[in-house]
Amino acid sequence: MASFIQLLVSGLATGAIYALIAVGFTLLWQTSQTINFAQGEFVMLPAFFILAAMNLGAPFWLATLIGLLLSIVVLGLLFKLIIVDPMLRYGVLPLVISTIALSLFLKEAAKDFYSSQAQPFPALVPATDLNVFGAVISLQSLAVLAIAVATVLALHFLLNKTRLGRCMQATAQNPTLARILGIPVERMVLYTFLINGALVAIASILISPIYLAKFTNGETLGIAAFLAAIIGGFNQVRGAILGGVILGILDNLSAAYLSSQYRGAFPLIILIAVILLRPQGLLGRVEERTV
Amino acid sequence: MSRSGLFAAVVAAGLGFTSPVLAQSTVYIPAILELSGAGAVSGTNFRDGMLMAIDEINGKGGILGRKIETPVLDTQSDAGISRAQLQKVLDNKPYVVIGPVFSGSVLVDMALTQQAEIPEIVGGEAAAITQKGGTYVFRTSFGQQFSMPKIANYIRDGIKAKTVAVLWVNNDFGKGGRDTFVKEMAARNIKVVADVSTESGQADFSADVVKIKAANADAIFVYVNEEESARFLREAKKQGIKAPLLGETTLLGQKVIDLAQGAADGVRGHVGLTVDAPIPAVQQFGEKFKKRFNYVCDHNGIKGYTAVYMIKHVTEKIGKFDSKAFAQAAHGMTITPKDEPGILMEATWDKNGDIDRESFLGEVVNGKQKIVATLPKLGK
Repeated sequence: MASFIQLLVSGLATGAIYALIAVGFTLLWQTSQTINFAQGEFVMLPAFFILAAMNLGAPFWLATLIGLLLSIVVLGLLFKLIIVDPMLRYGVLPLVISTIALSLFLKEAAKDFYSSQAQPFPALVPATDLNVFGAVISLQSLAVLAIAVATVLALHFLLNKTRLGRCMQATAQNPTLARILGIPVERMVLYTFLINGALVAIASILISPIYLAKFTNGETLGIAAFLAAIIGGFNQVRGAILGGVILGILDNLSAAYLSSQYRGAFPLIILIAVILLRPQGLLGRVEERTV
Repeated sequence: MSRSGLFAAVVAAGLGFTSPVLAQSTVYIPAILELSGAGAVSGTNFRDGMLMAIDEINGKGGILGRKIETPVLDTQSDAGISRAQLQKVLDNKPYVVIGPVFSGSVLVDMALTQQAEIPEIVGGEAAAITQKGGTYVFRTSFGQQFSMPKIANYIRDGIKAKTVAVLWVNNDFGKGGRDTFVKEMAARNIKVVADVSTESGQADFSADVVKIKAANADAIFVYVNEEESARFLREAKKQGIKAPLLGETTLLGQKVIDLAQGAADGVRGHVGLTVDAPIPAVQQFGEKFKKRFNYVCDHNGIKGYTAVYMIKHVTEKIGKFDSKAFAQAAHGMTITPKDEPGILMEATWDKNGDIDRESFLGEVVNGKQKIVATLPKLGK
């Protein structure tokens, strides 16, 4: 039982980070039909912003703030202006290919301009462990879980309880109607990119102490979050959260109780089952298009 | 030079190729290495060690009066790309090819160099590399069939374990090591009570440590890549693993120790190559490397460095740039630091291209790798 609790908490913490990244996927998709295959690299990069700031002498808290701001500007604003806006007019596919190219560029740039070697990254909380009913649970896992949940709740509040959030939702659901109603659609779309920049920075700060900061981190994270978004529902933020949590827990429990050798296959089995039985995702809504 | 000749030279230079015809003052020894992707750490270490040696040799006039010309091509840590890159350099008739480091890529590439009769000096450690009857592949570090008996003897005689758990990474390197290790354990009547496979790049080891802890083995053998080693050690410490943690070079390197942030203390194992070896030449190399590249060299850096000096020594022995003669001469050759200081440690290549030299037993004490014993060459 102790092992089970341990695995569950650890899986929840990993799943919560996947959820944060997957939420970014769904936000961009809903507001601008952008599928960002560089999302994993977007999570890898802020850790290097922070480490670079620390190397220049900034304390960790200031470096974190700098990293967060840089992420919002570079991975939010500049991404939209330089990549998305020029490419989107040619359809989804050229944009997808552009984001794949961007992912390669970011990965290799992080390696060339910083280091190919994994870097230790400071943790937000001390590396101490708690003993709960015989299960050893790290304070780090609990902190990751708490911050991820708080971030998702804050996002939920913003989207559902504020005027700005409702305008963003209206933009996502029907941009033409939103524009007629006087909503500044372009600005709302920009806000979702800035929010995504902040989400990936938070995910990066949470995951880098565990993963270590390395230029290849985005590969696994991007795929996991993409799967989570599809499993949960690509057009629903709560779906992405559910998908992330399912993947995190499934990975740990399947490796411990089924097979560690085939652990990578279990999320794909779930994905296939979801596509066959509920193509819109577990919490997604059916989108119909007329031709 | 005619206009067409000039055009050909410009095109060749633009493509980064310099054929032996165009540049007789150099010898073309291309390197195919993992400069990006999962193997970038290994590949860049190997490359930097290699570049140090090349600069030293070229600074003293080169090999037999010809400067070494080594373009470095990136495999992107992908066996298919590695093969394509090798094909590209083979078209330019190299004297010797250096790399790759990843065993999976070596296993794919070696058929091409065998066919082209070009010696290939590789960094791969998978046992299978030298068990396929190839006559043109040469290692720069121990194959697993050489290193595993050493660690197996230590587990039996030093730890006196009756049961052991194995954690390995599911790639050519890890699977080859796991298979050889399990065979060596069976030969010593040590029971493998847990056999846990992990993924390359895996971040969360909680499930794996739970499984290993439940097996209650006398010792735990860890055979994964460096960063995964660090992550595993942190999780093992968190879950309070008490059994001795043993491994190979990939568990005891200084990079692993630094990344594990205190969780590596007490780890023991067999170290084939390390800049902490109690050999002055190796330590001096480590210092020079750090001064030039600003990071601590791992075993791959030593492999890259010694690979170039091995080529130099063999070539000077045969007195000409003849790929076939090189391969023939290198089999069975022993190079001592007295004959060739750049080789750092005495090394012998057998008929299969396997290398034999001294190695070490190490232990991590207070965040530093400490060599506790020097193990003789297997051939002695």
